[in-house]
Amino acid sequence: MSDTLVKRPPNLIGSRLGRHARSLGGILASIAFTFLGLLCITFVIGRVIPIDPALAIVGDRAPAHVYDRAREELGLNLPIWQQFFIYVGQVLRGDFGTSILTGRPVMEDIARVFPATLELATLGIIIGVVFGVPMGVLAAVKRDRWADQLVRVIGLVGYSVPIFWLGLVGLLIFYARLGWVGGSGRLDFFHEGIAPTITGVILIDSAIAGEWDVFRNALHHILLPAALLGYFSLAYISRMTRSLMLEQLNQEYIITARVKGVSERRVIWVHALRNILVPLITVIALSYASLLEGSVLTEIVFAWPGLGRYLTNALLAADMAAVLGATFVVGLVFVGVNLLSDLLYRLVDPRAK
Amino acid sequence: MSGSAPSTTWRDWLLSDRPQSATQARLGQAWLSWRAFRRNRLAMLGLGLILLLLIVAALAPWISPYEPNVQNLRLRLQPPSAAHWLGTDELGRDILSRIIHGSRITLYIVTLVVVIAAPLGLLIGTVSGYFGGWIDAVLMRVTDIFLAFPRLILALAFVAALGPGIENAVIAIAITAWPTYARVARAETLTLRRSDFIAAARIQGTGSLRIIGRHIMPLCLPSVIVRITLDMAGIILTAAGLGFLGLGAQPPAPEWGAMISTGRAYLLDQWWVATMPGIAICLVSLGFNLLGDGLRDLLDPKRRGG
Amino acid sequence: MTPPLLQVKNLRVAFRGERGEVPAVRGVSFSLGREKLGIVGESGSGKSTIGRAILRLLPESARITAQRLAFEGQELLELPPQAMRNLRGQRITMIMQDPRFSLNPVLRIGDQIAETLRVHGVGGRGSELRQRVLEVLSAVQIRDPERVYRAYPHELSGGMGQRAMIAMMLISDPALLIADEPTSALDVTVRREILAIMDRLVSDRGTGLILISHDLNLVAGFCDRVLILYAGRVVEEIEASRLQECRHPYSRGLLASLPLLERPREQLATLQRDPAWLEGPVYRFGQEVRE
Repeated sequence: MSDTLVKRPPNLIGSRLGRHARSLGGILASIAFTFLGLLCITFVIGRVIPIDPALAIVGDRAPAHVYDRAREELGLNLPIWQQFFIYVGQVLRGDFGTSILTGRPVMEDIARVFPATLELATLGIIIGVVFGVPMGVLAAVKRDRWADQLVRVIGLVGYSVPIFWLGLVGLLIFYARLGWVGGSGRLDFFHEGIAPTITGVILIDSAIAGEWDVFRNALHHILLPAALLGYFSLAYISRMTRSLMLEQLNQEYIITARVKGVSERRVIWVHALRNILVPLITVIALSYASLLEGSVLTEIVFAWPGLGRYLTNALLAADMAAVLGATFVVGLVFVGVNLLSDLLYRLVDPRAK
Repeated sequence: MSGSAPSTTWRDWLLSDRPQSATQARLGQAWLSWRAFRRNRLAMLGLGLILLLLIVAALAPWISPYEPNVQNLRLRLQPPSAAHWLGTDELGRDILSRIIHGSRITLYIVTLVVVIAAPLGLLIGTVSGYFGGWIDAVLMRVTDIFLAFPRLILALAFVAALGPGIENAVIAIAITAWPTYARVARAETLTLRRSDFIAAARIQGTGSLRIIGRHIMPLCLPSVIVRITLDMAGIILTAAGLGFLGLGAQPPAPEWGAMISTGRAYLLDQWWVATMPGIAICLVSLGFNLLGDGLRDLLDPKRRGG
Repeated sequence: MTPPLLQVKNLRVAFRGERGEVPAVRGVSFSLGREKLGIVGESGSGKSTIGRAILRLLPESARITAQRLAFEGQELLELPPQAMRNLRGQRITMIMQDPRFSLNPVLRIGDQIAETLRVHGVGGRGSELRQRVLEVLSAVQIRDPERVYRAYPHELSGGMGQRAMIAMMLISDPALLIADEPTSALDVTVRREILAIMDRLVSDRGTGLILISHDLNLVAGFCDRVLILYAGRVVEEIEASRLQECRHPYSRGLLASLPLLERPREQLATLQRDPAWLEGPVYRFGQEVRE
């Protein structure tokens, strides 16, 4: 008995867990590096490019003492390295400065507006996946026939149309002419403030509070902008799904499955689809990230009080601190989504284990 | 063979099995590619749309019915009619004329962005791919960080720092565009790097930069060109987005995105003011997308439909 | 008299291309009982196409015609798709060349093997099915069937993957097994083993086998009868034991170009192709026939 115990390899942690730990370490290092890089860019945009960063931060109507204090806080007299470190330190503490427009700390503003964008983007991606994946599969299976052509046209339009213009046209048709959906904003005026803010996502909050009128109204309002984002998402997802599926359907193992007498439906949905899940995760992640971009313009068109609108308003008011804070947060979310997809892919792909 | 030789048309010359010079061979290849491209109807449509854009932009002052900036407040917000095919805007300016002149702005932006971003991306991509090692690691990190931001948002941030205006918009968009081209160039370079002819050049003692410039870059060019064409729509849409936000060409310039923005106030009743410029944007983007798809199919026929 | 397992008469397959039809199989005829038939040919001779035509797994651009293409008396070309799907996997199966590509990379081996039975609703469920899979894995001489059951294709070597493939295609005890270049992607050292496994299983169960290969030696050593294919036609049919007596110039050329230890030569003979072979007479069991 004691012989077998002695012969067992000393650290079982060695192979499996150790490998995971090493790759985890690699991922963490990667995140840290990217984080720093994001900060670098926002720093360069905020401090290096403008001729007078302090002026950019406080605005040209600020009184002299405010301006002087900003100069001091930014440490503009210090060498650039030190300025960068101070900046990084501030960011790590969650301090992005104060917004000129709202007078409040930028971080606070962002925390307030972010859920609205999140709500929109998440609904958009759900539409994109639920419709986009089956459309892509259909297009691949019925290659070059009318279903395929239709899907490709839908996709092509999604790549060629300006999202803000389509939003306007959508409002014109579905709100003004047909009255099927709500107008701008998240709620009609008289529904505002009824459901208590728990998560910031009105659909969730009103459901929790049981305020179904508010819920319906919120749904009415989010429908068109979410559908808009969803359309762009599904244009991309369906195109990528089609391409991935076509690649799989040419593989030998598909023939093996057919040799076994597997039904065509099972061949497509069990054999082929399972093989594209991994790249599909990356596709969905990329789409989600691009929805954040799309939401900027969508929020303007629909007067949606989200991060995009906050960023744009800050921009137009030359509120540098807010612009940088919002840009950074968006970059962070982008990176976070990519990271998540990376982790998911490691879980799902048997070859990566 | 005695007797009179059959007269050779230029087509025979191009398709000849025994080209007499490199130029003839290259032209022959180009002709064959053109023939294959011509068979793709959608790609031809794309080409047609782009040619239309170029012609309209070139001949703008002559083909537009009115001056784009002439105001006529008595005729403001007129619906499309025989006198004003696409109607008039809030200052009585003819929308069709403004769209025609706006095509020049669009072309200007797109061309400048490509002229700036493409060489930059090509250079960084090929250098990164060829040398590998820490140069590659560093350059790719930088590229990744730029790609970490959604394009429009990064462009917005740059414009915020630089100030609004068409030149700044161009710079901002170019800064967001080069990473994609760098990636494509690098991918191509990685494949080419191991080729025998590169090894041969190295043995001959050719310097690295020369190899990159004379051998690798020209071979990367087709993929990069396809990528650029496919990207054009994105550039146009980003530029329109910036214009919509008032950050591109400043009024009274007839930039399409800005026109949509001003038209927004009158959307419900005078829908044409905001809608027409959008259709122009759609057509141009569509044209580039179709053209790009066609070019890509040409480069890699195995990927047809992919 | 029971009908032969497979009867093929004047099988023709043509592929629709951009410039008209390209013939791949031009009037192939043979019959098969519970024996081992080898089909030998070079690339482009149409040999793989025959296998897929029998299973009716050719792409849509293919046009199949035949005077007879009968399996156990049933005309395959007249069967509705559902009936054909019933035959596949249960009565006729096919082993393919490279297990790296012919096995689904994201499904476990055990599941893939069990699927052959499951899609046809046989073999029971749960542990009963699992037991059958483990049994067939042992039958192909896999020493640790449990491990392989749970494994993914990329975790197996080429030889083991091909054994899993054989298991997958024999678990339902088919009447006809088509093996399309089953050893071409394997190391030379592993080939004999795989063939030996196939030989034993096929003999034990009385399965009809069609072995498709470009390797004349392999086929001759393994099969009872050999068909030599050239440009989509059978140019010679002969018993494997009498292969040295083949008569068609192409067959003789093939034989002559094989390097042999017993007959060392300065230069290996190369085949001189004669366009007459495309339409000329062929040889069946030593007799010249015109087809």
